[in-house]
Amino acid sequence: MQNADAFNPSLMREPKDSYLTNGYSIKSWLLTKDHKRIALMYLISISVFFFMGGLYAAAIRLELLTPGSDLLQSATYNKAFTQHGILMIFFFLIPSIPATLGNFLLPLMIGAKDLALPRINLLSLYLYWIGGILTLYALMQGGVDTGWTFYTPYSTTFSNSYVMAVGLGIFINGFSSILTGLNFIVTIHTMRAPGMTWFRLPLFVWAHYATSLVMILGTPVVAITILLLAIERVVRVGIFDPAIGGDPILFQHLFWFYSHPAVYIMILPGMGVISEVISNFSRKKIFGYEFIAFSSIAIAVFGFLVWGHHMFVSGQSIYAGLVFSFLTMVVAVPSAIKVFNWTATMYKGSISYDTPMLYAIGFLGLFLVGGLTGLFLGSVGLTVHLTDTYFVVAHFHYVMVGGQVIAYLAGIHYWWPKMTGKMYSEFWGKVSAMLVFVGFNLTFFPQFILGYQGMPRRYASYPAEFQVLNVFSTAGASVLGVGLVMPVVYLTHSIFAGKPAGDNPWMLPGLEWRCQSPPTTFNFEEQPVVTWEAYEFGEENGLDIEEARRSAGRPVTV
Amino acid sequence: MAENHTDHEHIGIPGYLAVFAILIVGTWITYVVAFWDLDSIFPGANTLLALAIAFTKMTVVMLYFMHVRWSKELIWLSAVASFFWLLIMFAFTMQDYFTRVSGVFSA
Repeated sequence: MQNADAFNPSLMREPKDSYLTNGYSIKSWLLTKDHKRIALMYLISISVFFFMGGLYAAAIRLELLTPGSDLLQSATYNKAFTQHGILMIFFFLIPSIPATLGNFLLPLMIGAKDLALPRINLLSLYLYWIGGILTLYALMQGGVDTGWTFYTPYSTTFSNSYVMAVGLGIFINGFSSILTGLNFIVTIHTMRAPGMTWFRLPLFVWAHYATSLVMILGTPVVAITILLLAIERVVRVGIFDPAIGGDPILFQHLFWFYSHPAVYIMILPGMGVISEVISNFSRKKIFGYEFIAFSSIAIAVFGFLVWGHHMFVSGQSIYAGLVFSFLTMVVAVPSAIKVFNWTATMYKGSISYDTPMLYAIGFLGLFLVGGLTGLFLGSVGLTVHLTDTYFVVAHFHYVMVGGQVIAYLAGIHYWWPKMTGKMYSEFWGKVSAMLVFVGFNLTFFPQFILGYQGMPRRYASYPAEFQVLNVFSTAGASVLGVGLVMPVVYLTHSIFAGKPAGDNPWMLPGLEWRCQSPPTTFNFEEQPVVTWEAYEFGEENGLDIEEARRSAGRPVTV
Repeated sequence: MAENHTDHEHIGIPGYLAVFAILIVGTWITYVVAFWDLDSIFPGANTLLALAIAFTKMTVVMLYFMHVRWSKELIWLSAVASFFWLLIMFAFTMQDYFTRVSGVFSA
């Protein structure tokens, strides 16, 4: 069988040379063109931003523990939720999977030495840093209070917080995103190994191709929109402020033209991770490969046609509302195709409940809830009741955290042995996966009820009858926080004290599992030639994973 | 391959200067017509003319400065796709503005 080498136990060794040992100086990292080192630097950077965004989340949940505005005053609370949103969306969720896992794995998965434009890749990291530092500077100086959406005319005329500095930070960061997307598209078109046809590409790669299209076509629009906002705020040219001849709803059109597709920038790579994990931990070829591949493209395209569902009650015409509502229902179809196909893949599969798979199964349930509640909000009638309530907050956290963050964690655990060459503690991995799942639901499910009962978002105080569910939510947030901190501890511990993972610890046929762990600087010793289909499980690896490990003389899951 | 072309293989320095002149003239025309009251012909005529001039300038920049005219089909496809996306943005935004008047769907 062509996959035999991938399962050769003799390959389970500690490599002497790898991308990690190719230079130890700071210069060798800061001036590297190696996609894997850039991915690791992204990983550390987005983790810092995630931690900071998490601190704001903790402040918000602590404030909402009691009905009064006890911990934070209203003005401070406005800044807390704004900065939580800005850090999490622009500096964590959008770059998270593409810039870390995508950067690291895309060349490995298609059999390339690196991305097509390595210097551009490094430039994108530097732009991310510059944008991030500028934003952090503004936040430390006093922050911004407009909400992450920067709605006009508040942001252009009335807010006296650091709108310009944060806007510039996001503007610069946008170019980082554009360059990453550009790099991925060029790489997928031009760097595939011989035999790696479009329909042999792992679905992770298809998902990143679709994501890159959205990055390139959407991000420039938000950059220009922020520029227009700046022009109006500084020079008072009437664009969005009705007092000087502008139209505030035009801002919302332009902002959401990017920012709704940005949701797909966040979730599509997560879907790519889930396709990999579900197929591989079910030891079964994915069900409906082409449907999943093209549903990614369909989501990317249709995702651009639905932005008006953020504006149902903001003055948009009723006709436009009806069109956007219909298209919102349409965009649910490709997402549903994916979920059905993942479920069908698991059916009669030889499922092993390793940590990545636990996260992936969690994703299926949470994304389903997040997606279906999106249909509530996409209905022009019901949304009038639900707009600007905690129902919306719960919905997008189910998609963004229950979907994207869980998928990100699944991916990090799944490819950690490839990235570091070390195995983490499976026991603690499973504990953390379950804590995250329980903590997440305890945090956000009560918010659906709160929202439906009418609790508005973005206020520091609320009527006393909402307190019980808010206490549930804050308690859940503390469990979620512990669950999210745990991987930082045991993954870091594994780098120094983890067991060697070997090249292919999960016994899988993908190309990334056929190079050493951690890979060398140029990934493959020889140019790989692909002669197998994606997710092709042969006799050696089609077994139950415990069976496969026993037959390969490998330790069974701890 | 477009990447291997030097400037002189295309339109040369005089050609680029001519394109630059087109851009300057376009800007000047935009400035002048902004003072004409074309909205008396139909509402939004001033904006439409300004956009038409901007679109022309954008096209020559893409074709000549960005070398799209001499590029492969894939690059053409990318360029056309960006225009198509611009069209989506304009069309779906305008479907809001054009249907705010009283009618079947308005309140």
